[in-house]
Amino acid sequence: MPGPTSSTFGPWSRRLILVVFVLAFITLWQTGRGALPWAFEYPKGAELPLARWIGQFTKWLLNEATFGLFTFSQLTRFISSVIDLPYRVVLSLLSTGFLSGRGSAAIQLTPSLSYLTVIGLVALIGHHAGGRRLALLSAACLAFVAVFGQWSSAMVTLASIVVAVPLGVAGGGLLGILAYRHRWVERLIGPILDLMQTIPVFAYLVPILFLFGFGPTAAVLATIIFAMPPMTRVTLLALRRVPGELTDLGQIIGCTRAQMTWRVLVPTAKDGLMVGVNQVIMLSLNMVIIAAMIGAGGLGFDVLAALRRLDIGAGLESGLAIVALAIMLDRLSQAFAEKTGAAPAGPGWTGRHPYLLAGLALIVVAGFGGLVVPALQTYPAGAVLTTGTFWSRVVEWINVNYFDDIEAVKNALLLGVLVPFKRLLLDLPWLGVVAALGLLGWRLGGLRLALLAGGLSFLIAALGLWEKAMITVYLCGISTVVAMLIGMPIGIIAAERRGLWRWVQVVIDTLQTLPSFVYLMPAVMLFRVGDFTAMIAVVAFAVAPAIRYTALGLQGVDPNLIEAGRSMGCTPWQLLTRIKLRLALPEMMLGLNQTIMFALSMLVITALVGTRDLGQEVYIALTKADTGKGLAAGLCVAFIAIIADRLIGAAAARARVRLGLAEAVS
Amino acid sequence: MTLSPPKLVCSNVWKLFGARASEKFAAMGHAPSLEQIRANGLVSAVRNVNIEVRTGEIFVIMGLSGSGKSTLVRCLSRLIEPTAGEILFNGENLLAASNAQMVEIRRHKMSMVFQHFALLPHQSVLENVAFPLDVQGMGRTEREARAREMIALVGLEGREESFPRQLSGGQQQRVGIARSLATQPELWFLDEPFSALDPLIRREMQDEFMRLQSALKKTIVFITHDFDESIRLADRIAIMKDGEVVQCGTAEEIVLNPASDYVREFARAVPKAKVVRVSTLMAAPGGRETQGDIASDKTIAEAAPRFRQGATALRVIGDGGRPVGHLLRDDVVALMLGD
Ligand SMILES: Nc1ncnc2c1ncn2[C@@H]1O[C@H](COP(=O)(O)OP(=O)(O)OP(=O)(O)O)[C@@H](O)[C@H]1O
Ligand SMILES: [Mg+2]
Repeated sequence: MPGPTSSTFGPWSRRLILVVFVLAFITLWQTGRGALPWAFEYPKGAELPLARWIGQFTKWLLNEATFGLFTFSQLTRFISSVIDLPYRVVLSLLSTGFLSGRGSAAIQLTPSLSYLTVIGLVALIGHHAGGRRLALLSAACLAFVAVFGQWSSAMVTLASIVVAVPLGVAGGGLLGILAYRHRWVERLIGPILDLMQTIPVFAYLVPILFLFGFGPTAAVLATIIFAMPPMTRVTLLALRRVPGELTDLGQIIGCTRAQMTWRVLVPTAKDGLMVGVNQVIMLSLNMVIIAAMIGAGGLGFDVLAALRRLDIGAGLESGLAIVALAIMLDRLSQAFAEKTGAAPAGPGWTGRHPYLLAGLALIVVAGFGGLVVPALQTYPAGAVLTTGTFWSRVVEWINVNYFDDIEAVKNALLLGVLVPFKRLLLDLPWLGVVAALGLLGWRLGGLRLALLAGGLSFLIAALGLWEKAMITVYLCGISTVVAMLIGMPIGIIAAERRGLWRWVQVVIDTLQTLPSFVYLMPAVMLFRVGDFTAMIAVVAFAVAPAIRYTALGLQGVDPNLIEAGRSMGCTPWQLLTRIKLRLALPEMMLGLNQTIMFALSMLVITALVGTRDLGQEVYIALTKADTGKGLAAGLCVAFIAIIADRLIGAAAARARVRLGLAEAVS
Repeated sequence: MTLSPPKLVCSNVWKLFGARASEKFAAMGHAPSLEQIRANGLVSAVRNVNIEVRTGEIFVIMGLSGSGKSTLVRCLSRLIEPTAGEILFNGENLLAASNAQMVEIRRHKMSMVFQHFALLPHQSVLENVAFPLDVQGMGRTEREARAREMIALVGLEGREESFPRQLSGGQQQRVGIARSLATQPELWFLDEPFSALDPLIRREMQDEFMRLQSALKKTIVFITHDFDESIRLADRIAIMKDGEVVQCGTAEEIVLNPASDYVREFARAVPKAKVVRVSTLMAAPGGRETQGDIASDKTIAEAAPRFRQGATALRVIGDGGRPVGHLLRDDVVALMLGD
């Protein structure tokens, strides 16, 4: 949108403002350090003690807050028990068996489900949802886990997922329904959801740790909170998309409000809702490793421990086990989403519930079998394969043979690109950057955007986190550039070749279902810890949207225009640069936006490999359970994300108007 | 013909869309012009509508797209609240009914058929038709028996277990009709029920609809944008333009005396013989030789073949079976040649 800028200022005065600003910025940057030191170092005395306030607030919550009928700590205890009880039951089923008594004195009343039973049950579910192929695939995923000796950890992880997903789906869904019914709920939770998707997960681990203590309950809660927002969003969207005629129908036949929701809206919106369920599952799996930091145990703990020991082989195997679970759950939930209508039912109860019956039979038979033959109960230790030493050897071999080459590349990039860029950013005066962001916001979207961009960046300075934020910007910026440099050519090449594009799609879809930690492992193996490793991991994670949006943008270009270009005698190169790339620009900017968001979310995780940015702040706060510090740093990451998102969004909207793809809104 | 009592009376009904519509409506003095409404940032959908639907008649609301037909019918069924006006259903103020009363009225006294069928995709034909009864809490066997009856009534026996996506458009609308009849309503709203169907199926469905109505004798509010359809089906027609009813009357009245150029434009395309009735064209009785009898409520198009064998005049028989006049061949020819 041209906004107020074009109406109040002519092009000349706008250019003049820009020139004056650039000159002022350079003068400040080059000469101001002596004259205006506070423009470079935000004065300590004027800092906002947000971290302290948050810390005091949480202490007050925990010790004194009461809602009249009950205190806040009673509320947290209630929430714990809601999660804890189902978690214990599922864990007993999958892993520990039902116990009587506590600790080492506990006696096992019944054993857990044997590995064969679980594999069989999953295969049955797969068959029910998607036929024989899916049954085989899901069974194979679990068998993989057993064969590589990850079974017991995997069952702990699976238990937390099995508890977190239904609670997340129910909670997110109910919030979505409330938001659909009441506008004010929607207005209230909209910004919160936005913030939750940009704030790094670590940041809200801290208050959860503080309020709920270390352990699986806190971990499951964190998983739920992390995985819920998309469900709410998807629910709201799906309900909105229910045709008005159907809601009219519900009213005219005299549905009560509950009937309207549960008999008309939810069933018709089922397909959309299942997309949300799938997202909850995938996000829960994404949280597995992070949740291990506050006591989830299971595979996540194994990966984390291996990462800390730098035991690459062990970490990789546990990581792959998570991937196997992810693939299995993803395909299963997708199959349920695509399943339509009821299967033809046989006669009688047994005919109507063949799967239930088969499942029960399996549990009984395998249960007795397990009592007699131990190898049927637990996967025999002798048959476990391990590739751990193999991977360690591969890495060793690479390091022995190519150490010098790898180091050379790494050092060249570090010294030639990364370090100078980092210096440059750290050297800039915060005041100038805040002003520049404000000006950019004003040019792109008018006063509101100017205030948002300038205000949020000022807040980062005022919280005393400017330097850390600049390191985050530097790592994120470099990674985004590299990801775009890799992703765009791939997108351009793949866009026009249908066969190739299908393959690329499979690859990037898979990349996106992997938990982000998986990317860290090979990077650490080859490059050890540090900024460079972080960058490699971030690029690997963030390249998928760069590819996807480039290709989608190019494929979306109006074929008539390409035809026109061809008839004017454009060479393929001219066709690409003059027509296609230009028209695909808005879509590609969205790709850039997504790439930045992906990069930021991955960046925080790379704190584990020793970066010095905001992510590290949050991570340290986590280890000390310092709620205030953690949230403040987390908010700063969110601010960076919001600024980037809004500025790029406004730029894309402008580009779309300029290209005549959209109407200007005045 | 004696007039039956009114079932639904709607007086001075307005519906304006936009923020704080009723406040602004009051500020504009309860009778704003189109310009005033627009100047206040509102969208006018229904303006000052007065109609009366009599028991047992087919009342058609006709108008072009966007003329406010759906909005009016949604006001009449109180799916949306009118901005102003009064609606009497069986003599009682519908707008004053409480939520619980509305639920009762909707469950037992009115029903609606939708343009795009509005079938629940996850339910079979049988479940869809039984759904309104299910919502009322009727037991399974009873409601399924009633639903089967309705499915048979619309000629869909054997498709009870199909799902909506397995049916053609015409069949889907039959399901919609069966469902709306399952609660045995007194007042039946149909919002462009056949518009989404192709012309051949549409005609077939219209015939089917007339057959149903001759057996059921419901009070019907039928919406269409097709003038031919309204002439085929209507006892009376209300023509809407920009939210107003510009003319209301029988097809014959509208074709013979269009109230405005807008209505004349519609009427022009219709052969007069199809709507004008014998009673309108007949001459005073007496002094002529007649070659047969014709009922006074037949249309001229229906009477015309009788003149083929050389008849010059027919005796017109009125409601009570008494002769009321003569229909002359010359008058019929003049009308059919169109002047
Ligand atoms: N919820 C709404 N909010 C704002 N304006 C509306 C709303 N519903 C209808 N309108 C407007 O009211 C006017 C009448 O719409 P309505 O749907 O009643 O027309 P219609 O005669 O049924 O048309 P169609 O033949 O297309 O169904 C239109 O100008 C429409 O844009
Ligand atoms: Mg309509």
